[in-house]
This record gives sequence, structure tokens and C-alpha cells, in this order.
Amino acid sequence: MTVTVDAFRLISRAQGEYARCIDDGRMEDWPGFFEEDCHYRITTAANHSEGLQAGVIWADNRRMLSDRVSALLEANIYEAHTYRHILGQPAILEESDEGARSETGFLVVRVMRDGSSDIFATGRYLDRYRFDGDRARLAERVVVCDSSTIDTLLALPL
Amino acid sequence: MTSTLPESSAKTEQGRPEWPEELTRVPYWVFQRQDVYREEQQNLFRGPYWSYLCLEAEVPQPGDYRTTFVGDTPVIVCRDEDGELYGFENRCAHRGALLALDDRGSNAKDFTCVYHAWSYSLQGDLTGVAFKDGIKGQGGMPKYFCLEDHGPRKLRLAVLHGLVFGSFDEDVPDIEEYLGDEILSRIERVLGGRTPVVLGRFTQLLPNNWKLYMENVKDSYHASILHLFFTTFGINRLGQRGGIVVSESGAHHVSYSAIDREAEQDAGYSDQNIRSDSDYSLADPSLLDGFSEVGDDTTLQILSVFPGFVLQQIQNSVAVRQILPRGVESTRLNWTYLGFEEDTPEQRTVRLKQANLVGPAGYISMEDGCVGGFVQRGIAGASDEEAVLEMGGASAASSESRVTEASVRGFWKAYREGMHLRQEKDK
Ligand code: FES
Ligand SMILES: [Fe+2]
Repeated sequence: MTVTVDAFRLISRAQGEYARCIDDGRMEDWPGFFEEDCHYRITTAANHSEGLQAGVIWADNRRMLSDRVSALLEANIYEAHTYRHILGQPAILEESDEGARSETGFLVVRVMRDGSSDIFATGRYLDRYRFDGDRARLAERVVVCDSSTIDTLLALPL
Repeated sequence: MTSTLPESSAKTEQGRPEWPEELTRVPYWVFQRQDVYREEQQNLFRGPYWSYLCLEAEVPQPGDYRTTFVGDTPVIVCRDEDGELYGFENRCAHRGALLALDDRGSNAKDFTCVYHAWSYSLQGDLTGVAFKDGIKGQGGMPKYFCLEDHGPRKLRLAVLHGLVFGSFDEDVPDIEEYLGDEILSRIERVLGGRTPVVLGRFTQLLPNNWKLYMENVKDSYHASILHLFFTTFGINRLGQRGGIVVSESGAHHVSYSAIDREAEQDAGYSDQNIRSDSDYSLADPSLLDGFSEVGDDTTLQILSVFPGFVLQQIQNSVAVRQILPRGVESTRLNWTYLGFEEDTPEQRTVRLKQANLVGPAGYISMEDGCVGGFVQRGIAGASDEEAVLEMGGASAASSESRVTEASVRGFWKAYREGMHLRQEKDK
């Protein structure tokens, strides 16, 4: 079977838009990068290597991601801040015409209201993408943070 | 009554203003001073108090160990070949290096310091000194050097329903007496007869003094005000009863709420006990589809053990929290999310889902991560001012209302006694 879809191109494009969406503060668009039956969680390298399932954010469908966004916009209280995502090139681990598995390193700087900019998280996205024509959507994204420590709180998703 | 201290007010020998007599005032310098931090480590964390160390389930086999902390003192908890748990300082008796560098390990036969290879048994006894007899008759330790005279300080340990506590002070009361029946029974309620399984571990680094986090944990007044998640999405239960329990000494507390069957029946909401009259609703309300955690009606139980431990049941999110001071204005908050071996797969999924409520990104706890920092920054120029704790009166007694600061006052009652801040009046 020959693969005719350029997974690298589709995923790179999707990830560029994903990072831009969060960094621009367009939270309500974020769930749109996922499939309805997606899995999303943020965990740590230590939990991941031990096979521990819990996440600081854990969702098994897109509606839970929408709820996360509504909570951030309407309910939760935290100081205003923005992220700057710097993503590495995706490594394509498995690919077919229907989708692919990939891994991408990231670095996220958190910029606070008072101007302080700190490295908030580094890690890797472990992804399963599904392709739909010229679009790649996330069926699964496990955000594995390198450090076990989160400074103050995690509000915006990674 | 205003509470500004006059310039001429009494100072203690440490040069600090005197601690107020009433429990309703807390001077802000207590969150700001390096000397206070040092004394806390000495009097509280290394004093006659129990500190949570780890779960028994984290050190199941002989040779298993975990490194953890009592306040800022590094310690090792290890299971020896005899099957018993031992706790000792993670500090070499030679020149002080850490003995264990990892968070955990297994199959340990001994601990050998990397610096000069002094070695220790799994009970923390010094068993070997490299080049003790020198080489070719040269060097070596003096003949009178005796291994038994040296070693890291040992901890007294207590295991309670799978929780391992430790104390450096031999004179600490037995854990049962320390906690009292009311606190004990509520630890048993959540953990008794079950085998915990770790679902995940997360650490939050809080930009504030550790006591501000403990105050927050014990503060049942703020819950529905600071945390707007339930209110915003209209998921407040109609019939709720609850209250707080403050231990005799004030040191420990439980805050709980439970379904009030009678009130719900009266209101005709017995089937549909969640009212939604807000503008927002959850797209996936299954977040809150839980099960009765231990077969009763209690849906929330927050329990604290002085000085720095919390056991939490929020619906089906069960977790322990270890609060570790890291400096005057820095605190590590270690979360360990729990399930139980007895869980069905469905129950396990509920726990993973409801973990969204708590932790560093928790719907009803992320605010607790930043509010301590808001206080720390707010009081920067107000060392001589005081916090006001008058909600629910002036005492540190149990109450049926959660709109009270009684358990926060309880914390300060125990704190100032343990720190000898008002010993002459308390005794
Ligand atoms: S410091 Fe440990 S052997 Fe020297
Ligand atoms: Fe809170």
C-alpha cells in the first residue's frame, strides 16, 4: 500500500495553527482542532513513564474541551497571561492515508501581566491525527511535560 | 476596633511585635520573616508533630524506598528485609551529602553515599566506612572511631490506613491521640479497608508562604465565592448539609458536605437533584456523574492534619496533598491522585474525569494556587498589620455552618502554641 497523503505537511500545518490559536488567545477555537471522540490530557514525563493515567487536564471527548474553555472564560479566576508556543518539527511515527501518529517537542513561555516571561513548560506532544481531505484533526493528544512541577497554576491549555 | 499596632507596642526578644491575644488577628510578619521560617522548621516540622511522608502502597516490597521531606529536611522511607518501614534523614553522617538522589527506588540492599562511600543499612544505620583501616597501614579512621556513634537522625513512623507519617521527635504523642477520634474516623471513612492505587502525581510550586496555603485549605468561607465553577454552570445541589470539625487543639480539621435527602425530597427534586438556572451549562455533564464514594451521602470531605497534610474527597476525586515549605515565599504542593484496587473500570474513569476538578488546573482549585500569592504580594508593605478572622465568631470550635473561619483560627491556635508565641497565656 502506498501512502499518498503527505502526513508531515498536514500535521505541520495543523500544529502551526493550533499554537497560533492558543497564543493569540482564541480559546473558543481550540476544541476545533480535535475530533469529537478525542482524548486529551496533560501529564508529566514521570507519570507517563510509570504508566499512570491521570492528567492535570483529562478529557475523553471534544465537549469536555469546550467545557474547559467555558470554565476558563466564564468561571475560573487567574491573572491575565499569554503563552508563546515554540514547536519542533513533528516526527512521524506511523502513517497511512487515514491518519498518522506523531511526536513533537514544544516549549511554552508564559508571559504575565507584569511583563515577566518564564519558561512555563517544555515537553512533547504524543499525537494521533486523523486526516479528512486536506485537514488533520487530533484524535488523541497526550501532552507530556518534562518537569513534574507546575508553577502556580495551569489555566490555558498546552 | 482597628488593629494597627502602636509603634511602642511590646516586642519579643526576637524583635518581633507580640502575638495578639485573640485568635481573630494574625500579624502579617508571620508570612514574611526568615527567622519565623527557621523556627517553624525546628519547632513544628522537626518538633513533636507528625508529617505525612508517603503512601504505604508506594513502598510495598523489601528494598523499596522513597525520598521525601519533613518540612525542608530530606528523608528516606524504606522497607527493610524484615518487612518493616524505617525512616531516616537523607543525609550522610560523614559530611552531609544526600544518600539517595532519586525520588524512589527498589531492590535496594543498602545506601552508599556517592561522596566517600560510607554505607548504611536500610534502617539507616552506618555499616561501613571506605578505607576505614587505611591503605597499607597508612591513613584510615582513628581506632576509637565507632560506627554506632554516627548516623543520620531517625524518624519515628506511624502508618495509618495506608498513610505513612513520620516525626523526628520521640515525644510526639501516638498518632491516634495526636489526631483524636473525630479526625481518625474520617480518615478511616475514606481510606479504611481499601488499597489505594496511585493514579498520578503532580507538583505545584506556590509563590507564597506555606501557611497561606494551609489557611486556604481550612477556609470553608471562600469556597463558593472564589471558586465560581459550580455556580457558573448551575450545578449547586439543592439539598446540602455540611459543617466543619475542628480538633480539640485546633490543629486538624474536617470540612464536609453531604446530600440532604430530606430537603431534596421536600423540594421535589429527589430524582433530579441538580438545578440548572444559570446561563451556562456543561456540554458534557457526565463530569459530575459519580458514585457514592464509600456508600454514604458525603460528597465532599476536606481533612487537614497539622502541620502540612491534606486528605481530600471531592465527589470521587480522592487525593492526598503534602505541603512543603521551600522558603519564606515559596511552597511545594505535592498532589497524589488516588484510586483503589477495588474500583471497577467505570469508577476509575469517573475518577480520571473528576480529577479535572482538582490539582494545578482544577476547576475548583486552580484559584487556590494563585490566591496565596495575591496575599503574599498584597501584604508586602504591611508587616505590622493583621489579618481579620471574625467570620463565625472568635472561637476555634466545630460548627454546622461552613460560613466560618473557625478552622483557620484553629490552625493559628495550634501554631502559636507550637511556636511558643504566647506560651505564658496558653498554658
Ligand atoms: S559525605 Fe558521605 S561519605 Fe563523605
Ligand atoms: Fe479553595
